[in-house]
Amino acid sequence: MRLELIRRPAPSTLMTVLSPLVAVALTVATGFVIFAAFGVDPLEALYFFFVEPLTATWSLEELVVKATPIVLIAIGLSVCFLSNTWNIGAEGQLIAGAIFGSIPPIFFPEWQGPLILPVMIAMGILGGMLYGAIPAVLKVRFGANEILTSLMLVYVAQLLVDYLARGPWRNPEGLNFPDSRPFEGWQLLPKLFGTEIHLSIAFVILAVVVVAFVMRSTITGFQVRVIGEAPRAGAFAGFSRNRMILLVFLISGGFAGLAGVSEVAGPIGQLRISVSPGYGFTAIIVAFLGRLNPIGILIAGFVLALTFLGGEGAQIMLGLPEQMTRVFQGMLLFYVLACDTFIHYRVRVRTKHAAAAEA
Amino acid sequence: MGIIEGIMLTVITAATPLLIAALGELVAERSGVLNLGVEGMMAVGAVCGFAVALETGEPWLGVLAAIAGGVIMAALFGVVTLIFVANQVASGLALTLFGLGLSGMLGSAYVGRPGARIGSLELPVLSDIPILGSLVFGLDPITYFSIALAAGVWFFLFRSRGGLVLRAVGDSHASAHALGYNVIGVRFMAVLFGGACAGLAGGYLSLVYTPQWAQAMTAGRGWIALALVVFATWLPGRVVLGALLFGAVSILQLHAQAIGVGIPSQFLTMLPYLTTIVVLVIISRNRLLLRVNTPACLGQPFVPDR
Repeated sequence: MRLELIRRPAPSTLMTVLSPLVAVALTVATGFVIFAAFGVDPLEALYFFFVEPLTATWSLEELVVKATPIVLIAIGLSVCFLSNTWNIGAEGQLIAGAIFGSIPPIFFPEWQGPLILPVMIAMGILGGMLYGAIPAVLKVRFGANEILTSLMLVYVAQLLVDYLARGPWRNPEGLNFPDSRPFEGWQLLPKLFGTEIHLSIAFVILAVVVVAFVMRSTITGFQVRVIGEAPRAGAFAGFSRNRMILLVFLISGGFAGLAGVSEVAGPIGQLRISVSPGYGFTAIIVAFLGRLNPIGILIAGFVLALTFLGGEGAQIMLGLPEQMTRVFQGMLLFYVLACDTFIHYRVRVRTKHAAAAEA
Repeated sequence: MGIIEGIMLTVITAATPLLIAALGELVAERSGVLNLGVEGMMAVGAVCGFAVALETGEPWLGVLAAIAGGVIMAALFGVVTLIFVANQVASGLALTLFGLGLSGMLGSAYVGRPGARIGSLELPVLSDIPILGSLVFGLDPITYFSIALAAGVWFFLFRSRGGLVLRAVGDSHASAHALGYNVIGVRFMAVLFGGACAGLAGGYLSLVYTPQWAQAMTAGRGWIALALVVFATWLPGRVVLGALLFGAVSILQLHAQAIGVGIPSQFLTMLPYLTTIVVLVIISRNRLLLRVNTPACLGQPFVPDR
């Protein structure tokens, strides 16, 4: 007996929707086994991981706070991945955005007023775009593999922010902590309705709407899809692959930069040696889990934010290693990629008899 | 032992894990599979090797465990990309994220504990020869193995029938399939070999290079190994050269930090990563050079049609 993949005449819409749900279910099931292996009650652990964060107002707010950067980055990455370009350095572009966005409040600490926040945000986006442009230019100009260069730049960005926060940008009144001076007043994103949720959630909604519109209803969106799915057809239509690489890196870098500045001007409130627990990598998973579709990404972003929050909870309540979160995230991506096979293929079970009869 | 000699020794030991991991990835890529999960497989290899060596007191069992860890991770990747024909780039990333998480989880009990170490050979008389002695005869056994591995991979790929089949599968999977070769089977074996090498490279880090376990101790070496394969234009001999180059860069920046050259340590630590980018750019400029040896089906999924 053997399994065969038979290509479907057209992609299955049902499986497109079902695949991420099955993947989440399989991840939870595997989690059950892992928890049992670690000697904790699996049901209790799964409760702390996936349910408990949804039961209190503060943790729901925290969920939105964590989902914000993830969704922002993933939306940008989805455009990139749709065009079959691989920016996996969003984490570095996020850091670049955080660094650039921190320039105004660090160099002009006295600057207050309605203008500074828009300047910071613009700087953050610019920082992310510039940092994203490096692998794009190296790819277009020299043909250097964008996967490897964008990833290498993550390490460089991490070391750079480490240097800045410990060295020249450290708060002189900060008791030697490796942090910049705290941002104040107009330098911070306002919180909404007395919650811990910052204005950056508005960027998320805006991003979802704009990208959904651009991808669905504009020539640019069409070009991204054509170049991604059928590069030769794109070339015959006169779409420039090189221009597209630059464009999607600028878009995804800009969104990551926006996420970065939103973190330092929001929940963190200053520049630190570490400004992200790996949101840039999590966003890759979110982009795929969300079917590279803005609405899907919004939902998937909350699912992955839950694993961050649940991981913290499980660490405190059950003493589970914090790396459990990464394991869940990696597993989820594996499952969703495997399940996606059934969008394009169906499986046929062939017995020896059938094979013999056919031959 | 003189200073120059000491530096050269450390360069070789820094090059060894890169060499082993890159050789494994080279074989996988020659068969047409791009596995970006080297970093994750290395991390799992490192933690498996360290844990088993510590628990059993047998460093060599640790080496076997490291290899096994890498193979199991690679098998996971093989199932997802070869049987479920999932996107190789995304699956490789998943493998790295999963591997880094898994290694951190498995290793949480071992952080900061002193490990078992595999020492250098110290052959009597021979390693006492000045300069050449310790460089040629005073290395650890895995380093010798890695050099033999490079020769073995070259011989297999370019002087054996099996290697010819493997390269055929990587260059034109449809033709290889039409000739009756088992494309998926060959690729799966190549991926497993890549996993074994990545696991061994990880084990080298936690058993020889710095005998301890620390979260994310692979520090991007898996990614550098991937870049090395491109740098070497898929030729084993050039992988040896590239590994030594990167070993030299990472050791020189360490020495520069120790001496204190007035450059902040973070910038020196950036050097291997920046070097990787520069090297990729230089090698990629010459597109003809790349095109000669790049496996034509690299990264393309294969579904046999009937």
